[in-house]
Amino acid sequence: MKLELRGITKRFGALVANNNISLTVESGEIHALLGENGAGKSTLMNVLYGLYVAEEGEILLDDKVQKFAGPGDAMKAGIGMVHQHFMLVPVFTVAENVVLGHEQTTFGGRLDLSAARAKVREVSDRFGFDIDPDALIEDLPVGVQQRVEIIKALSQDAQVLVFDEPTAVLTPQETDELMIIMRQLAESGTSIVFITHKLREVRAVADRITVIRLGTVVGEASPTATNAELASLMVGRAVELTVHKNSPELRGTALSVQNLSVVDSRNQIVVNNVSFDVQAGEVLAIAGVQGNGQTELTEALLGLQHHVTGSIELDGKPLRGYSVRHILDSGVGFVPEDRTEDGLVADFSIAENLMLDRSSGAPFVKAGNLQLGFRAKFAAEKIAEFDIRSQGSEMEAGRLSGGNQQKVVLARELSRNLRLFVAAQPTRGLDVGSIEFVHTRIIETRDSGIPVIVVSTELDEVVALADRIAVMYRGEIVGIVPGNTPRATLGLMMAGEPAPAAEAAR
Amino acid sequence: MSDTTAAAPAPGPDPVPGAVKKDGSERWTQALRDITGGSAMISVLAVVLALVVGAVLIAFTNDRVQETAGYFFSRPTDLVGAVWEAVAGAYSALFQGSIYNFRAPNFFNAIRPLTETLTFATPLIAAGLGVGLAFRVGMFNIGGRGQMLIAAGAAGWVAFAVELPAGIHLIVAIVAGLLGGAIWGGIVGLLKARTGAHEVIVTIMLNFVALYLIQFLLRTPGALQAPGSNNPKTPPMAATAVFPELFGPRYNLHAGFLTVIAATIFVWWLLSRSNLGFQFRAVGQNPSAARVAGINVKNVYLYAMAISGALVGLAGINQVLGTVTTGFGAGIDAGIGFDAITVALLGRSKPWGIFAAGILFGAFKAGGFAMQAAEGVPIDIVVVVQALIVLFIAAPPLVRAIFHLPTPGTTKGPEIRDVKTRKTNEVVAK
Repeated sequence: MKLELRGITKRFGALVANNNISLTVESGEIHALLGENGAGKSTLMNVLYGLYVAEEGEILLDDKVQKFAGPGDAMKAGIGMVHQHFMLVPVFTVAENVVLGHEQTTFGGRLDLSAARAKVREVSDRFGFDIDPDALIEDLPVGVQQRVEIIKALSQDAQVLVFDEPTAVLTPQETDELMIIMRQLAESGTSIVFITHKLREVRAVADRITVIRLGTVVGEASPTATNAELASLMVGRAVELTVHKNSPELRGTALSVQNLSVVDSRNQIVVNNVSFDVQAGEVLAIAGVQGNGQTELTEALLGLQHHVTGSIELDGKPLRGYSVRHILDSGVGFVPEDRTEDGLVADFSIAENLMLDRSSGAPFVKAGNLQLGFRAKFAAEKIAEFDIRSQGSEMEAGRLSGGNQQKVVLARELSRNLRLFVAAQPTRGLDVGSIEFVHTRIIETRDSGIPVIVVSTELDEVVALADRIAVMYRGEIVGIVPGNTPRATLGLMMAGEPAPAAEAAR
Repeated sequence: MSDTTAAAPAPGPDPVPGAVKKDGSERWTQALRDITGGSAMISVLAVVLALVVGAVLIAFTNDRVQETAGYFFSRPTDLVGAVWEAVAGAYSALFQGSIYNFRAPNFFNAIRPLTETLTFATPLIAAGLGVGLAFRVGMFNIGGRGQMLIAAGAAGWVAFAVELPAGIHLIVAIVAGLLGGAIWGGIVGLLKARTGAHEVIVTIMLNFVALYLIQFLLRTPGALQAPGSNNPKTPPMAATAVFPELFGPRYNLHAGFLTVIAATIFVWWLLSRSNLGFQFRAVGQNPSAARVAGINVKNVYLYAMAISGALVGLAGINQVLGTVTTGFGAGIDAGIGFDAITVALLGRSKPWGIFAAGILFGAFKAGGFAMQAAEGVPIDIVVVVQALIVLFIAAPPLVRAIFHLPTPGTTKGPEIRDVKTRKTNEVVAK
């Protein structure tokens, strides 16, 4: 089915989120919609899906103008959406989820689950998915959950499929498989809109690329364009995609972790007997698919986990078993994985957030009183130094863009006297420009002689920053390899295969 | 509609492993934050709306209005006139009973209703500050009754059973009451911090414990019971421990009002100028970020509930040392612990907002009696108006819809993190 958007304009108050956007997706085409966070991609797709009504412009399917009052209309017209955060009920089976909202019933209003199962089998056979209709969603890996979402859309006879940032939660291997599935779908005649900000994926799979910046279409590109060309279109200026760094200047072991194990609140061993050292002046990247113990490992370093065994020593002094306060005061800087949940208080001003982890003593507090003058001055300095785009230091942190929020967290953590810097997913959800900034800061921190741990699920980031890479799988470190290890090797290690002997480095 | 709900990206459980953090308690905290942290405009409009609905009720229950409605079509002006008379009469009686009595022979008598209002407002402000402080730390203190009773018991016992010089006696009694309230509130904080018990359940249960404890003590000779009496009532307070009258014996207003002004200033300083308050607010807004930032969240719960309990206790102290100095029974809390929740909500959990809301509710109490006496309007109307205020505050979208106010969030840019909420709002609106 051919999809055409003509002159879509969507405003929120004074802000124009989509300005006269036109887009054509031919039948059987994979059309990538590329743009930074906040560029208006999601708004555009919500218009298409009937969640928003555009002020101007029209949506055409096979040259017929459509009016969508809600997602129901869009679905009926043949538009399906695979959301970034899956809309599945975790305790339901695959079949139940697929028919949710369109349940067929038999006599007496009983659910016709066998029809649902047949439907799941039929669709998954068509694409070779191999999914058990009776499996519970919560038991399935993320990549398979995503396939359920795809089946769900296809079972409603979707002719146009919108993938909203589908690879954010996938391993490199799962991403490759998704690419193959998208190709298959396109070959069978489905039109695909692929929203992303990851350049590599776009070039791998898209037939055509439309780049959006600040709500307007800034250009079309073909998949043969280079990463640098695409990035500069997206950001509007030339972007440094590789991080410039010299070889590390090692200054001796600073952090030593021995036989560390973490048991979580459900009594599961989430980090299992992990040992590694980090030297002052190097970046150790911890790679791995989300949920293999990296989160708990960093939390254990910070004193946020309660059931930790083994030893953690920073500059020869033990850290394990101390309070978060003590560990922060020992010079550990921490960028948490979930910025909005753990890094910032959204309703606090930028200035308040900048003093969040120093609320108990000088220079921000004297004799129990907040030093508001000092805080304002400090905030103004940091806003300038870290280029935090805001309406001043009293603006609420929750109203900043993701990139600027992360800058607030970085500014706070890097303005203390650090002995160790731990950054978990430092660029998750950030745009290309902000990623560049964060990476530069991390390397600067390394070069000032501070040991740095970067936890990332993005191979690009790991490869760009790491001097050494520790790969985690199911709570264990599969191996620690040099920073220049090939991607393919890292990908295999992320799936649990041990490091080839020649690559291992301690 | 089922399509819409099925596809709406409602902020449900996040299926990404490791990111599953939105549990029930979080949603509850968010709802609490939304209700307690709205704008002052909503508060004012909620009062206006409640008074309008109150006017309708007054009109409906008025005999003359019912009578004129019977021949509405022959003389409609009669009905309009009757409605106007009923409503204007009731509200002007409310005003004269709470602010300024025009019919009084001289200024000193005319201003008496205002001092009555402030007298009624005194415990409401104190308890409202306590409840509001707990709100700011993300906790719902429904234990006002228990905290007031314990504080009243402690302060009252010191006031009638201990002999001390004037002045010092009053101070010791106040301190005893504050400690009583702080301990009763602190137990809640301690249980929440150490065992994760929900403060709503614990405070409700401690209300019963306090009530029956005080009732027991009131029936135990040698404890709180007046010697030689069989009534569950204490002896009168010693004159040395009673709040002095502020403007002489003509008015009931006592120096307790000064203590709540001081308490309001203290809470303002605590929340906006002190580092403890900074930690309180951080925990109230985002406990996980506070924990990651090295703030001891458990201690914050303990301190906040102790201070909250002490502030509510101040209301109990004011009751026994200021308003009812002739000895008290187990009903001394007079429902103030619950009214305080309304006061804190109306005041948006901000110290001076609570001060103003407390005075408004004091005026309702003082004026309600006058309204009943002068116009025969049942005093229950005042209770209904108070209830409506809470209802309107708890439903900001309703108030916004009635007054065509913009929804917060729509004027902001479409940042990624807002999109979700706005989407859900729109779907709900359909």
